Amino acid sequence: MNKIASSSASRVAAVDAKIRIRNLTKQFHTKNGSFTAVDNISLDIAPGTFFMIVGPSGCGKTTLLRIMANLETPSSGTIEITQTDHTKPSNSMIFQGESIFPWMTVWDNAAYGLHMRKVPDAQIKEIVGHYLDRTGLTHFARAYPHQLSGGMKQRVSIARAFANDPEILLMDEPFSALDEQNKTLLQEELLRIWDETKKTVLFITHSVDEAVTLGDRIMIMTAQPGRTKAMIDVPFTRPRSVLELRHQPEYGELVYRIWGYLREEVQAAKARDEAKQVQR
Amino acid sequence: MSTPTNSMRPSPQTVLRGPRARRLFRISAGGRDRIISIVSPLLLLVVWEVCVRTGLLDARFFPAPSRVFSTLVSTVQSGILWTHTWASLQRLFWGLLLGGIPALALGLAMGLYRPLRAVFDPIIAATYPVPKSAILPLILLIFGLGEASKIVMVAIGVFYPVCINAVAGVLEINKIYLDVGKNFQAGRWQMFRTIALPGALPIVMSGIKLGVGMGLILIAIAEMVGAKSGLGYMIWNAWEILAVEMMYVGLLVIAVLGFVFTLILNELERWIIPWKIDR
Repeated sequence: MNKIASSSASRVAAVDAKIRIRNLTKQFHTKNGSFTAVDNISLDIAPGTFFMIVGPSGCGKTTLLRIMANLETPSSGTIEITQTDHTKPSNSMIFQGESIFPWMTVWDNAAYGLHMRKVPDAQIKEIVGHYLDRTGLTHFARAYPHQLSGGMKQRVSIARAFANDPEILLMDEPFSALDEQNKTLLQEELLRIWDETKKTVLFITHSVDEAVTLGDRIMIMTAQPGRTKAMIDVPFTRPRSVLELRHQPEYGELVYRIWGYLREEVQAAKARDEAKQVQR
Repeated sequence: MSTPTNSMRPSPQTVLRGPRARRLFRISAGGRDRIISIVSPLLLLVVWEVCVRTGLLDARFFPAPSRVFSTLVSTVQSGILWTHTWASLQRLFWGLLLGGIPALALGLAMGLYRPLRAVFDPIIAATYPVPKSAILPLILLIFGLGEASKIVMVAIGVFYPVCINAVAGVLEINKIYLDVGKNFQAGRWQMFRTIALPGALPIVMSGIKLGVGMGLILIAIAEMVGAKSGLGYMIWNAWEILAVEMMYVGLLVIAVLGFVFTLILNELERWIIPWKIDR
């Protein structure tokens, strides 16, 4: 699935990077002309990193993730994901908004990837059972999504991605539709589940708080076209408790620092949107 | 409705004027509607009967319900009614299969694959508005006066609503589900089986309901022209020999069939679409 790079440009690259992105560019051609969503991004992500991408809306972060997930093709550049086990899928995505199938029970939704890969039933039972337990959904295994709250639906989506046991996990603002309290709960659960396997995660968000709470490294993206603006290491140790973390003075400082980078990008994105409004 | 603190010690005034007092003399809105919907057709029959007996209605055109009923009883006893109903039901059944299955397959495939849509959309759009009854002579010419022509008529009637709804059903599926399928490495057949088919099913079911209704209309028409059995034939024959009560019996049976089909299809829908939200 993943594109193997002819990586002549990898002179700086760490040899053991899990994800290697080189000169990735994506242009869209629409009736109103073409625009560059992702502009020449190069990136190395070490194995086991919880990698966050923060940027203003419309900065191309979702496009970047969709290219990683093989749902879009890049205009140029390469992506390389180191495959340690060729029976595993290269990536699984936790989507933004409602992405679990309304016509399947919680159990069948969580088992979807495993079913598609034709994993033996006994193994499916064990894996899905485990992740439903970890997400607190065991008693809802036979329920249909319309019987669940927004937070629980997103738990199913988390269970589905983790159960699929991919090389890397992609997360596209999975909590953006949730209220503040549910969001905090799910962030904590996500960290707890992630701690079991420490898979490499690429998580995009527009929330600086979320980036600092969850991430090991944070990439800040510029407004359109999306480029790398800054790269920040998050110093907090794991396992983390969301509330304890937010209580620390370093937390506030880091959020403040990131906002410093982000502010002008958000303003640029806003100015661009307003210019579009005027044109119409 | 009433808060527990108030209902503990109600004063005489509140008993009379409060919502509880009024509720004693009322049934729920749903219950009232149900009673009305049973009473009103019965009332119509009574008015009809009275009008015929008093000579307000011409009994040659509108025979009294009681006479229609006695004709119904005698046709049931002689077995004639059952013979005709059974003949129509068989044609309906085979017509449903013959039209419905290809319509479903083609519609889902059209929804999934743009090129297929480009090929078949104009053909369907051009032939759909042709009144199905207008093709009957052509169908008789091609398939003869036997069973085949009736079954084909039903099949044509069922085909369009099922096919058109299947296309719409697939196109209505939220794109994110297709992304999920791709991301979780669903193959073509798996995409079809786990996403396109179940995702389109609610809209396909309304297509099937429309199709069955259309089939019922067309079977009656087809049997009037080229058949020696069936409810359509029975009605037409009754007109030719001016057995007006018999005509009404035929109409009644077709109406009841339509009603029963709706009940069966609703039940089927609950069974095959357990995730439908309005339950």
